[in-house]
Amino acid sequence: MDVQAVTVDGNEAAAHVAYALSEVIAIYPITPASPMGELADLWATRDKPNIFGTVPEVIEMQSEGGAAGAVHGALQAGALTTTFTASQGLLLMLPNMFKIAGELTPAVFHVAARSVATHALSIFGDHSDVMAARMTGWAMLCSGGVQESHDLSVIAHSATLKARLPFVHFFDGFRTSHELNKIDLLPESVIQSMVDPEAVQAFRERALSPDRPVLRGTAQNPDVFFQAREAINPFYQDAPATVQQEMDRFAELTGRSYHLFDYVGAPDAERIIVMMGSGTGAAEEAVEALCAAGEKVGLVKVRLYRPFDVSALIAAIPDTVTGIAVLDRTKEPGAVGEPLYQDVVAAVAEQWSPAGGRPLPRITGGRYGLSSKEFTPAMAEAVLDELQKSSSRPHFTVGITDDVTHLSLAVEEGRHSEPEDVHRAVFFGLGSDGTVGANKNSVKIVGESTPLYAQGYFVYDSKKAGAVTISHLRFSPRPIHSTYLIQKADFVACHQSQFMDSRDVLAVADHGATFLLNTSFGPDEIWDRLPQEVQRQIIDKQLKFYVVDGYRLAREAGLGGRINTVMQTCFFALTNILPREEAIERIREAIQKSYGKRGESLVRKNQEAVDRTLDALNQVNVPAAVTSGHHCRQLVPTTAPDFVRKVTGVMLAGMGDHLPVSALPVDGTFLTGTSRYERRSIAQSIPIWDADICIQCGLCAFVCPHAAIRSKAFEPGVLEAAPAEFPTLETAGRELPGHRMTIQVAPDDCTGCGVCVEVCPARSKEVAKHKAINMEPKDDHLQRERENFDFFLSIPEIDRSAVRHDQVKGSQLLQPLFEFSGACAGCGETPYLKLLTQLFGDRLLVANATGCSSIYGGNLPTTPWATNAEGRGPAWSNSLFEDNAEFGLGMRLAVDHQMQSVRSRLHELRMQTDVGLVEQILAAEQETDADIARQRQRIDQLRQHLSESDTPAVRELLTSIDHLVRKSVWIVGGDGWAYDIGFGGLDHVMASGQDVNILVLDTEVYSNTGGQASKSTPRAAIAKFAAGGKKIRKKDLGMIAVDYGHVYVAKIAMGANPNQSIRAFEEAESYHGPSIILAYSPCIAHGIDMSQMMSHQKDAVNSGYWPLYRYDPRLAHEGQHAFQLDCRKPRMSFREFAMKEARFATLTRTDPAEAERLFGLAQEDIRDQWHFYEQMAGVEREIASVESHGK
Amino acid sequence: MTTYVDLSTDYLGIRLKNPIVAAASPANAKPEMLRDLEAAGIAAVVMPSLFEEQVEFEEREFGMLQDYGAESFAEAASYFPEMDDYNTGPEEYLRTIERACETVQVPVIGSLNGVTPGGWTRYAKKIESAGAWALELNMYYLPTDASVTADQVETNYLELVAEVRSQIKIPLAVKLGPYFSSLANFAKRLSEAGVDGLVLFNRFMQPDINLQTMEIDARIELSHAAEMRLPLRWISILRGQVEASLAATSGVHGHEAVIKLLMAGADVTMIASAILRRGPEVVKTLLDDLQTWLSENGYRSVSQFKGGMSYSNCPDAAALERSNYMKALTSYTGPYV
Repeated sequence: MDVQAVTVDGNEAAAHVAYALSEVIAIYPITPASPMGELADLWATRDKPNIFGTVPEVIEMQSEGGAAGAVHGALQAGALTTTFTASQGLLLMLPNMFKIAGELTPAVFHVAARSVATHALSIFGDHSDVMAARMTGWAMLCSGGVQESHDLSVIAHSATLKARLPFVHFFDGFRTSHELNKIDLLPESVIQSMVDPEAVQAFRERALSPDRPVLRGTAQNPDVFFQAREAINPFYQDAPATVQQEMDRFAELTGRSYHLFDYVGAPDAERIIVMMGSGTGAAEEAVEALCAAGEKVGLVKVRLYRPFDVSALIAAIPDTVTGIAVLDRTKEPGAVGEPLYQDVVAAVAEQWSPAGGRPLPRITGGRYGLSSKEFTPAMAEAVLDELQKSSSRPHFTVGITDDVTHLSLAVEEGRHSEPEDVHRAVFFGLGSDGTVGANKNSVKIVGESTPLYAQGYFVYDSKKAGAVTISHLRFSPRPIHSTYLIQKADFVACHQSQFMDSRDVLAVADHGATFLLNTSFGPDEIWDRLPQEVQRQIIDKQLKFYVVDGYRLAREAGLGGRINTVMQTCFFALTNILPREEAIERIREAIQKSYGKRGESLVRKNQEAVDRTLDALNQVNVPAAVTSGHHCRQLVPTTAPDFVRKVTGVMLAGMGDHLPVSALPVDGTFLTGTSRYERRSIAQSIPIWDADICIQCGLCAFVCPHAAIRSKAFEPGVLEAAPAEFPTLETAGRELPGHRMTIQVAPDDCTGCGVCVEVCPARSKEVAKHKAINMEPKDDHLQRERENFDFFLSIPEIDRSAVRHDQVKGSQLLQPLFEFSGACAGCGETPYLKLLTQLFGDRLLVANATGCSSIYGGNLPTTPWATNAEGRGPAWSNSLFEDNAEFGLGMRLAVDHQMQSVRSRLHELRMQTDVGLVEQILAAEQETDADIARQRQRIDQLRQHLSESDTPAVRELLTSIDHLVRKSVWIVGGDGWAYDIGFGGLDHVMASGQDVNILVLDTEVYSNTGGQASKSTPRAAIAKFAAGGKKIRKKDLGMIAVDYGHVYVAKIAMGANPNQSIRAFEEAESYHGPSIILAYSPCIAHGIDMSQMMSHQKDAVNSGYWPLYRYDPRLAHEGQHAFQLDCRKPRMSFREFAMKEARFATLTRTDPAEAERLFGLAQEDIRDQWHFYEQMAGVEREIASVESHGK
Repeated sequence: MTTYVDLSTDYLGIRLKNPIVAAASPANAKPEMLRDLEAAGIAAVVMPSLFEEQVEFEEREFGMLQDYGAESFAEAASYFPEMDDYNTGPEEYLRTIERACETVQVPVIGSLNGVTPGGWTRYAKKIESAGAWALELNMYYLPTDASVTADQVETNYLELVAEVRSQIKIPLAVKLGPYFSSLANFAKRLSEAGVDGLVLFNRFMQPDINLQTMEIDARIELSHAAEMRLPLRWISILRGQVEASLAATSGVHGHEAVIKLLMAGADVTMIASAILRRGPEVVKTLLDDLQTWLSENGYRSVSQFKGGMSYSNCPDAAALERSNYMKALTSYTGPYV
């Protein structure tokens, strides 16, 4: 048999088989399973057939719940059906999974197992999701690596048809789903042979058909339900044997043998580990090492977890075993132990045969690896060591330091070392520099064109702009099962020289390793520029130190800032994984392969980069002694709060793994406003203000996605303490006479996106390209701007009542309480959130749907929601993806109830205090910012009055007195939430009539998971899950809301009409019923130059693509037209708008005829929509006031 | 009764039925336009240019798009679906040439715009394979760097021409701009480098300043009739000095311009703006007017008078040399006395 070796990740390995064996595929994006759905969609778009010779129907649903429903229906109607999911997605499928299993329906779900959100969301891998599905009656098959995820996929698909049980096939999220590894691709003939045509036929014959009608899904009663449930038992009894038969058939076909429980280790082992998933790779290495050292240890790898075959497990365990440690990659608080532990205990209790008088083994249970926490061979060794102790802990954790309940095992990390002949390389890069892409390429080069095995695993930080990536590559003469990060590398490359000052890049370098640094300094200049700590390590570890000026070489070759080819060439030139000449030849082939389809000029430039690099790589002569005068940079200022210095700072240094349990909050509660301590300094250029030209419009601060451009107005006296070069201007206009103002950049927090400069309307008369704000090299200004920004922060905030909030200029003098987030440079969403906090930040509760905004808003180490000088600011929480509207509604109900409760208590106590003041408080209007300020003053007065009496009733009142200030509840999320998964809840919340404000940050795709189509995705746009161009029209969510009548609705685009945007926020907030704002939010998934995102917003409005309007029910009460169009008739064609955005323009290059058709339809959509809206503007309505609505 | 005038002419060694050729223009990419032009009597068609600048820009942009934001964030390794069959221009262009050759009988001339020697010139070969009768190399390049000498620019051009020449067997024409220190010399060197024809002249895009936005408005305006005087002068100067065929383009809007340019020494005249303004039927009008005028004025064929008013043949060559509004000098003595 001709076997093809390919280098793929676990997702692709599984998707390959799933696609080949399915007729219907229902998909929905969720990390880390999304790539499986994306591949299926892409293959279907390219008309790739499955093994039945047909192209599967691939359909994206509105949620995983929807996907499961569609799967259930497709199965009932007789199509072989699959889906891909993880985490909360799997949980949303549970109700259908019970049904599918109860109806004995063959099906396979492929799950990239991921943590279920508890105290926090985590996108990373563990088994908490699949463990939450273990009661559904589905068979569960677990893969521990990339090859296994390929192989067990086909076994799952074949076994399900024979056993009639549906299968969850799962593998560890990220560690397997995203690990690149060399595998043997199953030939189509093997996949064909594994599927029994008779079983397929039987499945089809059981399907619903009016030609032979049956009824399934009855309601049963106490008389028969129980018996009917028990009728299924034989299938569960038979299933394990069926799976083993399929495994055996597979072994015959491929030579790769699997068992329900696979044992490795000493045949006469005394101590064993039982576990499943990718951790088995590390554990097997530990077992091999210990066995080689004469220890009697072993490992049972669980493959089929459900149905749990007790006999097979007992049979797999050597008779000699006296101690079993069961490792679970999940946590079930309050249980006797985690699920696998309980299963093993029960199995041993049931069937341990006392043959030869062997005693019952001692069984312990441990947790490891939650949320992709590292699990290493040393940890497995620690587990086996613990079993040896007479006092071994029955329950433990491994991989962390638990200094609270002291459950963790001590691990001696250095004790395990990898074989000499395995090459290990670690690369530090930035997301934008192509490091990961180059390394994936290197893994493919070695994996697919040499006999060597190759593995790549990639670690990203939590930021979307300026993200740090660390690549771990192994090359070996044997298949690689090392499912853990490299701890001792023989090659370390740092592709960004600035990391040398901020992180311990060389900690991973082995003694005598090669170290490559990308730097503009030559071999004779670099040494003295390194900090002492780095010099010390280079000397002590006797590193071979090389430098290359990758950016110069890339620039000279015409590749801009993409240093991937240069650095890849250096890697192969400096290592002896392949002979140098051969390696270079392979790189050239790879360049042809990967860039050939993108254009020959790219091939040429990359080839040129290879040529240039070989001559430009230089070894540094390492001196014998440390000579540097400087140290690594301190990441967090000493002025930061204690928690930030001791906990956040450690996380920022990339050392969060070392934090003990006691360092972390018990309930997921964190202080806000920590992003200000991070100061990542990622921009190359920053905006510099030229006061002489400025017209004080405020647009630069208004549009800044990171609140890194600030403006303040102040009394001139403030300037006495100002740095020498602190520019200011006299304030223009009638407001704030005698004041001065300034525009200031936060130089270490700016991402250099340039949006501020693009929107600046003020140009120099002398040099037209010079504006009132200009991007200039950061290094030329850093020192001065740092001093100026520090001083700027010390300037008191303006009296909020002294400026107009409803215009750009005034609003931008208000303090933003959302700053320096990890969003992409040029993000189109964050300026809206910043504005929200400027307007209402000190009384704001935010319910945030999962998505980009919950990630840049809540992903550790630091978070952007901040507080003002009084300590007030937005209180923020993320519940789930699907429930956010309901979550926010709950907040509203609580806040209202608290308000009512404190009002009645205050009323009762009014005679004990200043009754006039109480009456004022109770009667106060709280409509405007000024009203709120007055109410706060009154409450402060009351607080003082009340503090004079010390009764229990007063004390209770004092704790809740701030509830008397009206709170602003905002429900924030993206279009994936609002249009798709959360729409049902959104609809219900709008219908409720409650005073909530909904902000939809509409990027028109699922941005956070990489740009999958949503129902907001417009016709003619390409997106993942719509690779051939979206065929159907965008859903008009605004008009659905307008249809209720009592909902305030606004469609805004701040770049097209800033004042309309501000007015919409003010009106939505002031409206005492539900409000929804649809905010046009350009995204990198639009394929635009993000610095120009505001002009794209203008085009979107001018073309009629995104018409601006406001629908205010209050106007209807006043007899006016409630619907107002805020923009002029389209005066630009759709095509003209669309051709500036790659999401549309690309289609004209991939499928010109389809582009022509869809562009025509899109233009027709615009014409129709405008016609409809024009009529709407004339519609009269009689809306009952919201106070009478449903209350 | 007018007598029939033989309008046929030789251009790039190809016998054409008349001297009206459709100059490179985006309109020529459409088969309907080609059919209409042929029906109206066009002698040959130059296809729109495949622009190196544009193709490389698109390739770079597309490459960057696929890398944009990619491999930076654990949840999203990319933001666009992977596309294998993206077409940045060349393939579609080659298909356009193939289609044109199938659509019309008259010669189809491919057009390639590029300024850098290297991989780019391989498209010359591909255009030849696609069926083009000849190739027009459009050297549309603005040397803005003050440190680049005229000699460097010319050397670069000649290298490019040599490279393209070596790639193809079909005739090669070069379309160039008028801004050379010694145009005649450069034209001669091009001709010696194996160029079969010169197309005079390229019209550069003329930028404008938008006073509202304080930005540069880049656009191309259609030519006007007076523009034909620039090629008129240079064609008359070059005719007789270079071997290559000469094509006149810019400002050819009426039959008189055609006649004048032919008299100056052009082998063909090329029209674009006239077609865009007045439709393909303009070709028929031009040919009819040409036939009538030549017949009425007693001409028998184009070859009879072609170059009759060139620098070497015209009665007042000095007038072609004058570069200023200098008053015509009156001679007070005759040439023979």
